[in-house]
Amino acid sequence: MKEQLQKDFDNSIKNLSLSQKDIEIKKFCLDNFIDKGFPNRKEEDWKFSDLNQIIKNNIGELSFYNDQTSTNKVDTSVFVDGLEHNKIVFINGRIEKIDFEYEKKDQIEIIDQSETINEFKNSNSLSDLNNAFTNKCFKILVKKGYQLVKPLIIYHTTNSKIWSKNINLRLNFELDKDSSLRLIDLFNDTSEKNFLNIFYNFELKENAVLKNYKVDKFENKNIKYSFNNIHQDKNSISETFILSSGSNFSKNEINCNLNGVYASAFVNGVFSLNNDKHHEIRSIINHLTENTKSYQLIKSVLDESSKAVYQGKIFVNSDAQKTDGYQLSKAILLNKESEFNAKPELEIYADDVKCSHGSASGSLNEDSIFYLMSRGLSYKQSRELLINGFLLDVVEKITDSEIKNLIKNMIGIKE
Amino acid sequence: MDNRQKEINNLKDYKYGFSTDIENIQAPKGLNEDVIKFISNIKKEPAWMLEFRLKAFERFKVLKEPDWQKPKFPKIDYQDLYYYSAPKSMKDKPKSLDELDPKLLETYKKLGIPLQEQARLNGIAVDAVFDSVSVATTFKDELTKQGIIFCPISEAIQNHPELVKKYLGSVIPTSDHFFATLNSAVFTDGSFVYIPEGVRCPMELSTYFRINASNTGQFERTLIIADKGSYVSYLEGCTAPMRDENQLHAANVELVALDDAEIKYSTVQNWYPGDQDGKGGIYNFVTKRGLCKGKNSKISWTQVETGSAITWKYPSCILKGDNSVGEFYSIAITNNHQKADTGTKMIHLGKNTKSKIISKGISAGSSDMTYRGLVDISSKAKNSTNYTQCDSLLMGNKCGAHTVPYIKNKNSESNIAHEATTSKISEEQLHYCQQRGLNPEEAVGLIVNGFCREVLQQLPMEFAVEAQKLVGISLEGSVG
Repeated sequence: MKEQLQKDFDNSIKNLSLSQKDIEIKKFCLDNFIDKGFPNRKEEDWKFSDLNQIIKNNIGELSFYNDQTSTNKVDTSVFVDGLEHNKIVFINGRIEKIDFEYEKKDQIEIIDQSETINEFKNSNSLSDLNNAFTNKCFKILVKKGYQLVKPLIIYHTTNSKIWSKNINLRLNFELDKDSSLRLIDLFNDTSEKNFLNIFYNFELKENAVLKNYKVDKFENKNIKYSFNNIHQDKNSISETFILSSGSNFSKNEINCNLNGVYASAFVNGVFSLNNDKHHEIRSIINHLTENTKSYQLIKSVLDESSKAVYQGKIFVNSDAQKTDGYQLSKAILLNKESEFNAKPELEIYADDVKCSHGSASGSLNEDSIFYLMSRGLSYKQSRELLINGFLLDVVEKITDSEIKNLIKNMIGIKE
Repeated sequence: MDNRQKEINNLKDYKYGFSTDIENIQAPKGLNEDVIKFISNIKKEPAWMLEFRLKAFERFKVLKEPDWQKPKFPKIDYQDLYYYSAPKSMKDKPKSLDELDPKLLETYKKLGIPLQEQARLNGIAVDAVFDSVSVATTFKDELTKQGIIFCPISEAIQNHPELVKKYLGSVIPTSDHFFATLNSAVFTDGSFVYIPEGVRCPMELSTYFRINASNTGQFERTLIIADKGSYVSYLEGCTAPMRDENQLHAANVELVALDDAEIKYSTVQNWYPGDQDGKGGIYNFVTKRGLCKGKNSKISWTQVETGSAITWKYPSCILKGDNSVGEFYSIAITNNHQKADTGTKMIHLGKNTKSKIISKGISAGSSDMTYRGLVDISSKAKNSTNYTQCDSLLMGNKCGAHTVPYIKNKNSESNIAHEATTSKISEEQLHYCQQRGLNPEEAVGLIVNGFCREVLQQLPMEFAVEAQKLVGISLEGSVG
């Protein structure tokens, strides 16, 4: 893999107009990655999902160079109907379109930050890979007091033109004081055997509100890793919802630093898996100051030989008195081949806190099925009704009613 | 001064902190094949035993000291330890208690274990381990009548080689982790218990461990076998003198329960925790593992961990037999600079297996406490259930309380439920108690005892009283 990395790196550097210093930094990141390789099960954070092995078994040899000189045609049929929205379109890792047609132009700034390197704390070798190979990176700045009228949908589309490729993406967002952004990530893959490595960085200033919905719904044979790094100032709110279903393998990581008082973070997730899919959500909520709050709810329905992993950590600093942290993960195993692993972690250094977590996994409740069947439903209907209700609980946590309905329609959950 | 206050003042300082001046025989410092041969030789062990040790030592040489645990400690120089230390008077083993070195007897009296009389009154059979050697076992005759074997493991190697050979290393093999393998290579003594088929052990069996000599590692090995349909309750207590340097205690405990058998293992661990600035104290790195080998067997661990500078242990159950049950009840209290990383592993292999984990952690002062546990339900363990509850109580903002559970469910017909909470003692509860005339310390003691009640109830009577007192004492000075 080493020669391939070197060769592809030299190729992609050639097409970029970078200063010598930037190249040095990128080289440094590349060397770091070559040194460490893809994360494997020996690393605590990857204990349940050995990415190195997964890539080896599903893709084999990866190549890292993406020719980004030619444009791709934007296929408008993938756009969401019935909801007016702003768009960013990625096709095969290349930004094809940035369109804020519904917003005041002077309130949103798009800054090219391709030279800057992101330093993520609590991160792994994948951030080095990302730093070495991303060639376009934008920062989207929402100015003071501006609240986007319409949601922003980021389309991540891949098509059959690429094969056995690693795609690296990066976006930075800054939400200034009193601003707000609703963001939907929509994955639409018609490609196979690619590894997507996505890094987002969010900076939330005072009173800012971020709502991020990640929807990975369509069946595909790709491997995805996505990392959200969120910094929150005073009074800010972040809400993250993850629907993890379509890809062969997917890992969503969220690192959230609650830096300001009264900041709060919500993470909700749904795993709906079949075949031999393997998905993971890992969240780290760092309560760094007083009076911060976090709430997490993760539910899984696992069929066939699928596997879901939830690793959640609540960290409470010794200054973070009056922290309120809550975490719940529940899983229904429908098949004897399916598997659910959880590691809900608490690390607490302050005494005046209220922190708890719960985790439960098991089969569908036979008594409930019996109850429904005795009222005339078939076994299949009863099962569907119960699963529907089980997942609806999480979807109902979405605070934006417009998007809630959109997601309900997408996954076919009835009320 | 009321009685309680007097008692507290008496107990405030680690009352077991004395050391006894007895001449010792020690193996040369350091760890090598010769030392292992020396230990094996002095114990007059058969060849297979030496082979067992050397095999473990071979493996030990390639192992690295683990470093994933939460409490970090300075590197231990394994060549700077004595691996064998025995009171000199033991060289020609005394035939009866009357021949014991009077100084030894005095030590045990100070510890509250008068081997001769009180044990008889209490109806507890005691095996006392001083430094590395088992010094006395009481009630032997009565137990022998029932066919129960309760003796130092060194004696068992001589007298019951077929049992030891069969079961030693069957739960903790010589190829296990770093400290367990070290123990397999150099273990010196410990207790051996065999309960024959269908026998219900008429009394509680108990071992008392004491580290006396300085720079000594204590490596004892306990092996308990409960044959078909038998029952035994086993107690373990530990103390050590106050010394400035840290001392290592790396014991292995193996339990084997055959069909329909039940083993109840209780520990009150009160090793020297170091002084208020965190100087000295015992490193308690113990491997405890129980195997529910037969159908309908049950193993239950109860532990009260109040001592040691660092406690690092996970008493585990391997639920291999169908319908077997594993239980783990734990209270861990850390104060001053103590650190604990403890919990359990429940490995479900058989059908209809059940496990229950109740863990209560209390941290005060500048201490740090971690619950780390594993519940693993394999794909064959149909219809298994686990219930886990771990609660932590924090006192002051210099201490830490952490929960790291690993939950693996590979079986759709099995259920796992896990709950954890972390909080402090509520002002309302304190206010309520004080309003009724308790002083703040008494109020905290009462609330903490209530918090731990579920676990304390599991302890045998004699231990429960001691444990309750310990809970109060360990938290002295942490309120107000």
